[in-house]
Amino acid sequence: MPNGNEPRKHTIAVLVENKFGVLSRVAGLFSARGYNIESLSVGETLDPSVSRMTLVVRGDEFVIEQATKQLHKLIDVIKVTDLTDESHVERELVLIRVNAEPSNRAEILRTADIFRARVVDVTPVSFVLEATGDEGKLEALIELLRPMGIQELVRTGKVVIARGPKTRVRRVEAPRKPRVADDPRVVGFAD
Amino acid sequence: MKMAGARIVLECLKRQGVDLIFGLPGGAVLPIYDALYDFEGLRHILVRQEAAAGHAAEGYARTSGRVGVCLVTSGPAATNLVTALQDAMMDSIPIVAFTGQVPTHLIGNDAFQEADNVGITRPCTKHNFLVKDGNDLGPIIREAFHIASTGRPGPVHVDLPKDILVKEWDLVWPDKIQMRSYNPNYDGHPGQIKRAAKLMARAKKPVLYVGGGVISADANAELRELAELTQIPLTQTLMGLGSFPMEHPLSLDMLGMHGSYYANMAVHHSDVLVAVGARFDDRVTGRVDAFAPKAEIIHIDIDPSSISKNIKVDVPIVGDCRRVLAKLVEALREELREEPAPAVREGRRQWAAQIAEWKRDFPFRYEWSDDVVKPQHVVQEISNATGGEAFIVTGVGQHQMWTAQYYKFKHPRMWCTSGGLGTMGYGLPTAMGVQAAHPGKLVINIDGDGSFQMNSQELATCFTEGLPVKTVIINNGGHGMVRQWQRIIYKERYSAIDLPQIPDWVRLAEAYGCVGLRVTKPSEVLPAIEKMISTPAPVILDVCVDKDECVFPMVPAGGANTDMILEPPTREVRDKAAKSQTGF
Ligand SMILES: Cc1cc2nc3c(=O)[nH]c(=O)nc-3n(C[C@H](O)[C@H](O)[C@H](O)COP(=O)(O)OP(=O)(O)OC[C@H]3O[C@@H](n4cnc5c(N)ncnc54)[C@H](O)[C@@H]3O)c2cc1C
Ligand SMILES: Cc1ncc(C[n+]2csc(CCOP(=O)(O)OP(=O)(O)O)c2C)c(N)n1
Ligand SMILES: [Mg+2]
Repeated sequence: MPNGNEPRKHTIAVLVENKFGVLSRVAGLFSARGYNIESLSVGETLDPSVSRMTLVVRGDEFVIEQATKQLHKLIDVIKVTDLTDESHVERELVLIRVNAEPSNRAEILRTADIFRARVVDVTPVSFVLEATGDEGKLEALIELLRPMGIQELVRTGKVVIARGPKTRVRRVEAPRKPRVADDPRVVGFAD
Repeated sequence: MKMAGARIVLECLKRQGVDLIFGLPGGAVLPIYDALYDFEGLRHILVRQEAAAGHAAEGYARTSGRVGVCLVTSGPAATNLVTALQDAMMDSIPIVAFTGQVPTHLIGNDAFQEADNVGITRPCTKHNFLVKDGNDLGPIIREAFHIASTGRPGPVHVDLPKDILVKEWDLVWPDKIQMRSYNPNYDGHPGQIKRAAKLMARAKKPVLYVGGGVISADANAELRELAELTQIPLTQTLMGLGSFPMEHPLSLDMLGMHGSYYANMAVHHSDVLVAVGARFDDRVTGRVDAFAPKAEIIHIDIDPSSISKNIKVDVPIVGDCRRVLAKLVEALREELREEPAPAVREGRRQWAAQIAEWKRDFPFRYEWSDDVVKPQHVVQEISNATGGEAFIVTGVGQHQMWTAQYYKFKHPRMWCTSGGLGTMGYGLPTAMGVQAAHPGKLVINIDGDGSFQMNSQELATCFTEGLPVKTVIINNGGHGMVRQWQRIIYKERYSAIDLPQIPDWVRLAEAYGCVGLRVTKPSEVLPAIEKMISTPAPVILDVCVDKDECVFPMVPAGGANTDMILEPPTREVRDKAAKSQTGF
């Protein structure tokens, strides 16, 4: 069991106002303290005036506590949740262009199949594979493909969602109905 | 009714209750300056360099309790302002700074006098805005003042592209501010307050450690009530000076690197340390693992990120110190209804005796001389002559520390110093802002010969705007604080610290239409101070002091507070200090 002082990876979900500049505020907060962000993904939520960032950062409890408090302190940040010790599902998507010589095409397809990766582009000399999964699965796939010659690799960064409750509870977000913020002329409206 | 964006800015300032701004015009903000030409009810003070506008706004804000405002143009003016923004950031001073920007369609084009203003000020403001739509002017200005002045106060920057200022818009003025992402917590948790009260009531060696947050919160009355009710001795940070009268018997004066021996000893040996609106700065804690090692720590602060940042806290209370202190007083009255246990009573008696002994045996002290003026003596005389009733501002260096040690602060919001950033050149422009906020009141800038030269051009502003700031230059012919470190830590290898007697301060004052005075002998000090005070114009009083004088006591950087030295150190202490990693 980590005693809290060993650095480990934390997955932090941050709800922010969907305003320009907010990404550099968050990124600046980490860079100003010399912390590295290992992975970052950003996207709109059900409410288009709110974006959700998923950050993976490494640090001991102390660093993470300060980082979380500093995130909270940013005026555009609405909510910060450290999901690391919560029950959650995490996924990442990777696109891999790999050498496909006649000698290894079958092997690549077999490997792809095992990992439920899809072939999304084919040329006489290469395949592009698309795979989703948690970090461990993607690492394993990459390791198996590496000997074949990976030409290029792109990862999205992690997205994470908390698992559902064991019992029935009220829906967190109401079904969507039209509102002011849906008006395309209104940018960054809070309702 | 539609009006130009520039006019909207001024209307919004007026609605916000602003009656004074500090600034300097230029291309991108010309529309605002044009609107200012016949705008009623808003005084503009023209500074000589933009950083001075920022510092003046700080002085105005700290001493009036209102938000300070400055206005400068794009590019170089905005970058000049950066030092003042960071200064306000570090010391939690509420100011709103407006900068001009190139027209929106040119942003990012390397246009004339363009700089990425919001990019540059992002890390040195509490928040910043780039106005991209004139309809947002009102809401943004409203939010800017709200953010600057609530929660943990701080600087907010609003960048105004020129086309937004020129085009006409409707004035949108929301009557309520609602921000789902910003809701500071003012009321402390009742359970935590109760825990704190219990701890305090049972403590045998309690100490109150109070800082700038008490000033921001205007909580001095509640603080005094708490101290007097519990009879707990109290020490103040550099930023907290004035929150509690120094002459009060419970006062332990300032703590920290150049604080009093008795304050540092009391904190070190305390069993319960109550931090109120103070942030455990490294100049206060010294080596953190040796700071108040036996104490259970209670920390009242409005900013959760201040809590357990440097020192682990046992009872955190997030809230406004005024409200929390009021509740804490109530809770303590409850606790104190019961007679304290005899062991507690006896512990407290011994603690009071111990503190009285430290105070008696190790007061602030310096060697008197009949021939050369001692800087500490100058501050003492200023303190006596004003009875602690003047507004005091400083530069950064030894003179700043002597002022903190020897001026008998009485009231809150009468003291401005650059604590967090340590900005040389802060003195004169800040004093100007204080004077502008308090016409007819005595404002004294106790400055260094080095620091003063970083903003001496503002003498022109003092003269032309009728701001009769009194500056006392503690003239030690150099960067005294640096010299002190080179003497104590770098084996007297004096490097780049001499400031030969240039300029002639008396003639400089006269060149700016101000009054210049000079003293070189101890016996002349008091008469000169009296003359300075009774002169209606801005004055520079040049006091030539002993350049060898050092600030003591002193905790060498990286040392524990118990390593405090009371006089020039031995070689051993010097070598140890030379190895430390934390410079200044
Ligand atoms: C040459 C030099 C030497 C120095 N030596 C010393 C020294 O010996 N001793 C010393 O003390 N300092 C010294 N300083 C100053 C030091 O660097 C810090 O600026 C200072 O100690 C910080 O003071 P503070 O803890 O009161 O915090 P401040 O910077 O005043 O911060 C205020 C704290 O209160 C909180 N707060 C704000 N508003 C509220 C509210 N309404 N309710 C509750 N909390 C609130 C804030 O969140 C913050 O945590 C020196 C500076 C210089 C330049
Ligand atoms: C802008 C800036 N530059 C450099 C420093 C480093 N520094 C701290 S104190 C000091 C010397 C200050 O000299 P002076 O104003 O004459 O004050 P003294 O210590 O002599 O009283 C210097 C250079 C600083 N604090 N601020
Ligand atoms: Mg000097």
